[in-house]
Amino acid sequence: MTFNRRTFLGGSVAAAAALKSPSLLAAGHEKPRVVVIGGGPGGATAARYIAKDSEGKIDVTLVEPSRTYFTCFFSNLYLGGFKEMDELAHTYGALAMGGVNVVHDWAIDVNAEASNVTLAGGDVLPYDKLIISPGIDFIDDSVPGWSIAAQNAMPHAYKAGSQTELLKAQIMAMREGGTFAMVAPPNPFRCPPGPYERVSMVAHTLQKTNPTAKIIIADPKEKFSKMALFQEGWADHYAGMIDWIGPEFGGGNVSVDPRAMTVTIDGEITQVDVCNVIPAQKAGRIAEIAGVTDGNWAPVNPTDMSSRANPDIYVLGDSAQQGDMPKSGFSANSQAKVCANAVRGALTGSRVFPAKYSNTCWSLIDTNDGVKVGATYEPTEEKIAKVDGFISQTGEDDATRRATYEESVGWYSGITADIFG
Amino acid sequence: MRPFRPYPLVLAAILAASSGAAEGLGDAEKGAALFEQCKGCHMVGDGARDRIGPHLNGIFGRRAGTQGGFAYSASMTRAGMDGLVWTAETLDAYIENPRALVSKTRMSYRGMKDAQDRADLLAYLRRHSDSPADIPEAEPTARPTDHDLDPAILALEGDAEYGEYLATECLTCHRADGSATGIPSITHWPAEDFVVAMHAYKSKLRPHPVMQMMAGRLSAEEIAALAAYFGNID
Ligand SMILES: Cc1cc2nc3c(=O)[nH]c(=O)nc-3n(C[C@H](O)[C@H](O)[C@H](O)COP(=O)(O)OP(=O)(O)OC[C@H]3O[C@@H](n4cnc5c(N)ncnc54)[C@H](O)[C@@H]3O)c2cc1C
Ligand code: HEC
Ligand code: HEC
Repeated sequence: MTFNRRTFLGGSVAAAAALKSPSLLAAGHEKPRVVVIGGGPGGATAARYIAKDSEGKIDVTLVEPSRTYFTCFFSNLYLGGFKEMDELAHTYGALAMGGVNVVHDWAIDVNAEASNVTLAGGDVLPYDKLIISPGIDFIDDSVPGWSIAAQNAMPHAYKAGSQTELLKAQIMAMREGGTFAMVAPPNPFRCPPGPYERVSMVAHTLQKTNPTAKIIIADPKEKFSKMALFQEGWADHYAGMIDWIGPEFGGGNVSVDPRAMTVTIDGEITQVDVCNVIPAQKAGRIAEIAGVTDGNWAPVNPTDMSSRANPDIYVLGDSAQQGDMPKSGFSANSQAKVCANAVRGALTGSRVFPAKYSNTCWSLIDTNDGVKVGATYEPTEEKIAKVDGFISQTGEDDATRRATYEESVGWYSGITADIFG
Repeated sequence: MRPFRPYPLVLAAILAASSGAAEGLGDAEKGAALFEQCKGCHMVGDGARDRIGPHLNGIFGRRAGTQGGFAYSASMTRAGMDGLVWTAETLDAYIENPRALVSKTRMSYRGMKDAQDRADLLAYLRRHSDSPADIPEAEPTARPTDHDLDPAILALEGDAEYGEYLATECLTCHRADGSATGIPSITHWPAEDFVVAMHAYKSKLRPHPVMQMMAGRLSAEEIAALAAYFGNID
């Protein structure tokens, strides 16, 4: 942009008007400041929209330790051989170019009284509004015998990147006719159809590389997302390969021994070749440090995603306890846009519109066999409540399933552009 | 919302019983004359072949965009994959305003606005589908249907700032830069095309569960706001 007298004047007039605005909270400093912790679908979307829509009126800092974000969404397709790892990788350059100050560091403390965030590198960032979207952490000892120290022997692959690559390598190296075991998590957890899409993709790979291999799933849940669709798909595409062990048969009573590579289900010990342990989950640690959690998750107000414990802190995505929305990248992105609109309104007096949320989760069962489930949501007094929804039907024809898969590819391109610019 | 209409087997049975009356709702003779408007592009009857448009024999009950060998637009193919099947109701809507049902259809035909004309034309086309007596006919009360939007809806001035906020929800799937891989582009459309398409999802005339749900909760003002924003998005 060329700097001429007119734009200069325009800028100072706007600044003067902003200073007079009664809703401006930036007491004692020039511009209101927003700090965002976590650069996933929740945090990166919020940072990007606040910076974009406030056109320089708000200072936005995003704190995210990784320089490259690997999406969990579509990471199962990597296991199935439909995507390469680098297709899941996204960087923060476009956010920086869009005016977000991107700091690659960990937030290690939040001082809610002084309204500031301390980074591992020692910097202290003051804020007027803080947005926390740190994703999930695992609950210690939820699967007896497993801990983070065992994640190389028994990967979770529930945060994408090296873990996903490791799991794939282990699948490819499985002995002929070997056993792949999954320990599925209890509710609530990130991406309800995720474990079952993963089983489908692992089966797809094994069918080609190791057709006599077996898959067992130990599951503490009686029902899971899109259950009828997955079970129909498994019977159609991978007959005789997948054994789902629900709680009725002891699926909820599981321990593992990572050194011996055994899984014990209801007292019965099974030797396995690959073991994917997906532990029980809770909000990312920093939410607890910030004092906004109640139990495992951070309760929020359904109208704007602000914390129930602190009106200057917002919690997005997987960490938030909001009501009916599943913990998904789509949900986190949807919540972030409502939050961005509210934060901008609070800091600059811009128009605040009513919250509308939505979600759709696609899953791939086999080549060109996609299914989906989705819903719209609105805030009520008590929670974010489901308004309307749909789900793919069993017995759909090939054309519909293929169209659904193609749509999911379009969605991936759309949502990643919306998150990372 | 359009009430769910059960497959009118009963109606078909009644029509079959009162032989000959199957054509009751429209006048096929008048329809034959109206087909003049289609003839430049379509053939129907013995020996009909694909021309600029696909031949229309057996069109009732056919899935949209599936006449083997004919090269359809991407939009028509997608509508067929989504489950658009040609029935009295969907044909009526398509002939009335092709783009309300299939936005980027290659059928460059303005539409037939008179409901009785459309009923006559459909009665004629039904003669060229197999065993017309078994073809679901629209309920007498539902015909003549008018899918045309209230001109007041089309005249709504969209609030583009509200549209910008509402649009954030759409951008999870549709790309702001207008590129399309698997999900169609919706940028820089004429406002009217956008509005009629959204209302066709809202009324569930267009198939597609995601878009029926997304459009279902939008008011006419909100659709106008979105049309205004996406029409001029930069
Ligand atoms: C196998 C699998 C498949 C999935 N498939 C889908 C799908 O198809 N569709 C879908 O919508 N969702 C899917 N999901 C879910 C989706 O990935 C998550 O719901 C989504 O990533 C949540 O976003 P978030 O912003 O809450 O957290 P995250 O994406 O986890 O982002 C949190 C970020 O915060 C950072 N962070 C954490 N703590 C700190 C700290 N103290 N300081 C600074 N930064 C910190 C982390 O490094 C991370 O980058 C899937 C998940 C899995 C595991
Ligand atoms: C200017 C040429 C033209 C005219 C006039 C025209 N059509 Fe079409 N029609 C087409 C084309 C081209 C297609 C394929 C559209 C596409 O692929 O999007 C088509 C498609 C159709 C289809 C869908 C066919 C299928 O297999 O799915 C129907 C039904 C139809 N036309 C009916 C009519 C009727 C009835 C008329 C007269 C009122 C008419 N058309 C007038 C060119 C025309
Ligand atoms: C969950 C993903 C998703 C979201 C969110 C979404 N759409 Fe769509 N949209 C689709 C898909 C898939 C199609 C193709 C549907 C079809 O085949 O009829 C589509 C089709 C459309 C079309 C018709 C395009 C054409 O060429 O026929 C319009 C217009 C449209 N969407 C507008 C919107 C608007 C406006 C919003 C936001 C209010 C929105 N969409 C939100 C997935 C989405």
